[in-house]
Amino acid sequence: MFGRLTEEALPFYSEIAMAGAAVTVLGGLFVVAIVLWTGSLGYLWRNWLTSVDHKRIGIMYVVVALVMLLRGFIDALMMRAQQAMAMNSPGYLPPEHFDQIFSSHGTIMILFMAMPFLTGLINFVMPMQIGARDVAFPRLNLISLYLTAAGAGLVLISLVIGKFSTAGWTGYPPFSENEFSPGVGVDYWIWALVVSGVGTTITGINFITTVVKRRAPGMTWMRLPLFTWTALCASILIVFAFPALTVAGGMLALDRSAGFHFFTNDGGGNPMNFANILWMWGHPEVYILILPAFGVFSEIVATFSSKRLFAYKSLVFATVVIAVLAFTTWLHHFFTMGAGASVNTAFGITTMIIAVPTGVKIFDWLMTMYRGRIRYQTPMLWTTAFLVTFTIGGVSGVLLAVPAVDYTLHNTTFLVAHFHNMVIPGALFGFFAGYTYWFPKAFGFRLDERWGKRAFWLWLVGFYLAFMPLYALGTMGMVRRLQHYDNPDWQPYLIVAAIGAVSVLLGIASLAVQLWVSIRDRERLADKTGDPWNARTLEWYSSSPPPAWNFARVPKIEGLDPFWRLKERGEAYREDESYDSISLPRNSPDGVVYGALAFLFGFSMVWHIYWLALLCLLSIVAHLIASSFRRPVEQVISADEIARHDHEWKTAARTASRYDGDPLCDYRPVLRKVPAQ
Amino acid sequence: MSQVDIQQHEENEERAYGFWLFLMSDAILFSLLFATYAVMVTATDDGPTRSEIFGYWRTVANTALLLCSSLTMGLASIAIREFDKTTGLRWIFVTMILAFGFLVLEIQEFAGLVAQGAGPDRSGFLSGYYTLVGTHGAHVTIGLIWMAVLCLHLALRPIDPIIQSITERLTMFWHLVGIVWIGIYSMVYLPGLYQ
Amino acid sequence: MTDLRQHQRDVRTYLIGFGLAVVLTVIPFVITATGGLSRTWFDLAILFAAIVQVLVHLRYFLHIDLRHTPRENLLALGFTGLLMVIMIGGTLWIMGNLAARMMGT
Repeated sequence: MFGRLTEEALPFYSEIAMAGAAVTVLGGLFVVAIVLWTGSLGYLWRNWLTSVDHKRIGIMYVVVALVMLLRGFIDALMMRAQQAMAMNSPGYLPPEHFDQIFSSHGTIMILFMAMPFLTGLINFVMPMQIGARDVAFPRLNLISLYLTAAGAGLVLISLVIGKFSTAGWTGYPPFSENEFSPGVGVDYWIWALVVSGVGTTITGINFITTVVKRRAPGMTWMRLPLFTWTALCASILIVFAFPALTVAGGMLALDRSAGFHFFTNDGGGNPMNFANILWMWGHPEVYILILPAFGVFSEIVATFSSKRLFAYKSLVFATVVIAVLAFTTWLHHFFTMGAGASVNTAFGITTMIIAVPTGVKIFDWLMTMYRGRIRYQTPMLWTTAFLVTFTIGGVSGVLLAVPAVDYTLHNTTFLVAHFHNMVIPGALFGFFAGYTYWFPKAFGFRLDERWGKRAFWLWLVGFYLAFMPLYALGTMGMVRRLQHYDNPDWQPYLIVAAIGAVSVLLGIASLAVQLWVSIRDRERLADKTGDPWNARTLEWYSSSPPPAWNFARVPKIEGLDPFWRLKERGEAYREDESYDSISLPRNSPDGVVYGALAFLFGFSMVWHIYWLALLCLLSIVAHLIASSFRRPVEQVISADEIARHDHEWKTAARTASRYDGDPLCDYRPVLRKVPAQ
Repeated sequence: MSQVDIQQHEENEERAYGFWLFLMSDAILFSLLFATYAVMVTATDDGPTRSEIFGYWRTVANTALLLCSSLTMGLASIAIREFDKTTGLRWIFVTMILAFGFLVLEIQEFAGLVAQGAGPDRSGFLSGYYTLVGTHGAHVTIGLIWMAVLCLHLALRPIDPIIQSITERLTMFWHLVGIVWIGIYSMVYLPGLYQ
Repeated sequence: MTDLRQHQRDVRTYLIGFGLAVVLTVIPFVITATGGLSRTWFDLAILFAAIVQVLVHLRYFLHIDLRHTPRENLLALGFTGLLMVIMIGGTLWIMGNLAARMMGT
């Protein structure tokens, strides 16, 4: 009846596992209790959980990302603590538990922290940047969100019911096959990936269609803001790379549940083909993470240098080239698998070539800053730290692109240091920068600068302390994923790395305090203008928070940085003579329905409860068919309401002093012309 | 065209383009299944090889059924675009019969092979074969269900832009299924049958 | 009147495509049945017929046309084609190379 699911799946076998489960369950119950206690369930349901507004969906994605960041970071902290103490001793984590932790850390950070974070930012910003009212398929957008949440839910519940994979975030066979991993861990990993992967693919299609079909009149390709370009290219990578993840995961699932022989040791299976297919997704995935962050940095560097982006066209070109070349380097993840010199050389060369467009970008950002009037507010701090730190990571990457070097450094902590050195500054710093930059747009008040700067410095120092020692350790021969070791030379470095992790912990705590302080002081930090940073692109051409319809009238675009042009001409806050009513899609419970069914489907596949899985699939199909008969419901916003909102915002924008006397945000307005009164 | 018509037209265009992107993604998925099959084709583990298990006339029949169904689906889509419900329904019905015939033959083939001990768990080669051909078969099944749903739409109301949009996407989907089959008989069946 | 002509043109397009597809299907099946070609020539012939037939389907069934199809659709299709070559070709190269080095064949 319940497949492999018995009461033994509950974590009463280990205190640490029980504590993890307790935190997960109590955390969930706490959130539910707060919602019920404050009586906000109805509000949440109507305004958030069923909303098809791209801005709200974007914010919900970021909330998922921040929750998962916490979970993934706890894993990291536990690993650093274990390795700091496990010199000639077993430490506090038994090997099997340690293995689960590094597997879930990687899976969570890439697929359930970084992916939702960037999807959230794109969702929130991109439609406004191109002057659209929403994405092309708003209802599908909501469904994607819940599919991602369902995948995250599967990873979280593995902490309570059963165990997670011990096969690393890449799940290499033959270890991940039944023969060596008979439990449910690998299945949780597979189904979390596949379920969220479907959601991600739909998102990619949605974003591409939005950029292609919903640009405002006059928004030609060479007038797209750079963040939109990177969002487009990341979406293209998603649409064309995620099938590889589906294929690799699906085949592994067939091996495990149906006795197929794709990657097994026996029966003619070929484990090496798994690495081959997985990395056809895995390498583009790196650029899916990094490109949107490049977009964020591009917007920020222009805004905070008060200059036009340097060499816009070369940045666009570099982005597109990266998107194509991303598909040509996958073998460098398995140079040591045994391919011949010609194969390894070819992929080594493509790997080095892809560093070129990235280098072009670095110079473009530097040149944008050159002779700019730079304002060092938090988003710009993240950006500057990225420029320096990411370059170091890039250099170590080009080093690893030499197959001969890779043979000695492969699978050591040098590699761990390298990819964290790419993804933390290259993606996460960008997401934090974007979070700080667009927060006032989303909520109508800025984040507190003081705590933002504290968080920044703690993160930056923590990052260097945690990962620079790993470069050294790698060259000293320390293999990654060691539960314990006996080389006393390594321990000091690992202790430094652990101290770095503590610094990052304090950085995360500062981010939490920052959020709290900012909500408390929201009056002081309020942004009445809709343009708190004196920015250049269209998303700032609206009130903060923007109305559901984004723009009272879809703007006509005449060049790059259209909002800046409007401000220069003094037309940014000029009111229209007449307004039209606007129709918008209505809320939809579909997201919750599909998300719940997908979660249940994944869960029952993990535990081999096949009748339930079938039932879920049939329900999904039935729901799809039924919804093809439903006419889309729209709500009409009256012209009066739009006029009123537009008037209120533009009046406030014209009269509010831009920076409300906050000394931390005090900088000279750099507009050549003051907006018309 | 009225404002509403223009909006509907734009929405249909967006849907068609989004669906086109999905088909491209699906094509990549099939490429990887083809690539894996090619890698696995010699991994027979002393079990049946590709020259032992395929049937020539079955492949001919399957190919003929699918190719004809591409034509009939196309004729259905032309009729529905021209608001000709009767002709549209008739061609969809023919397409469904052809697709159903294809599925019956494929299920028979799979069942026969499994009975001979040549199931997907026998060897890496057979895993690759069943997964590639089976995924295509799953697409045919989805197409068949989709056609049934379209018939229901047509039975319940006059042809409108929404029905035309559904038909347009279904036709695109069906042609992709046809194209993948060209790959399957060319890369899987015929090389196996050639002595 | 123009509607009728348009209708005839649409149907004719499909029928031409169908005719070409039938020919391009019959050729590989006949080659398979008659034999006589070396394996390499056989593979090349089949591959050629398949590629041409895919192009026929794209042209006559999916109505892809270098002039009238929107550029964004063509770009997506072209990129897919490129990636198919990279992914299938890359897999064959990589896995073939590994097999050769392991088996010594």
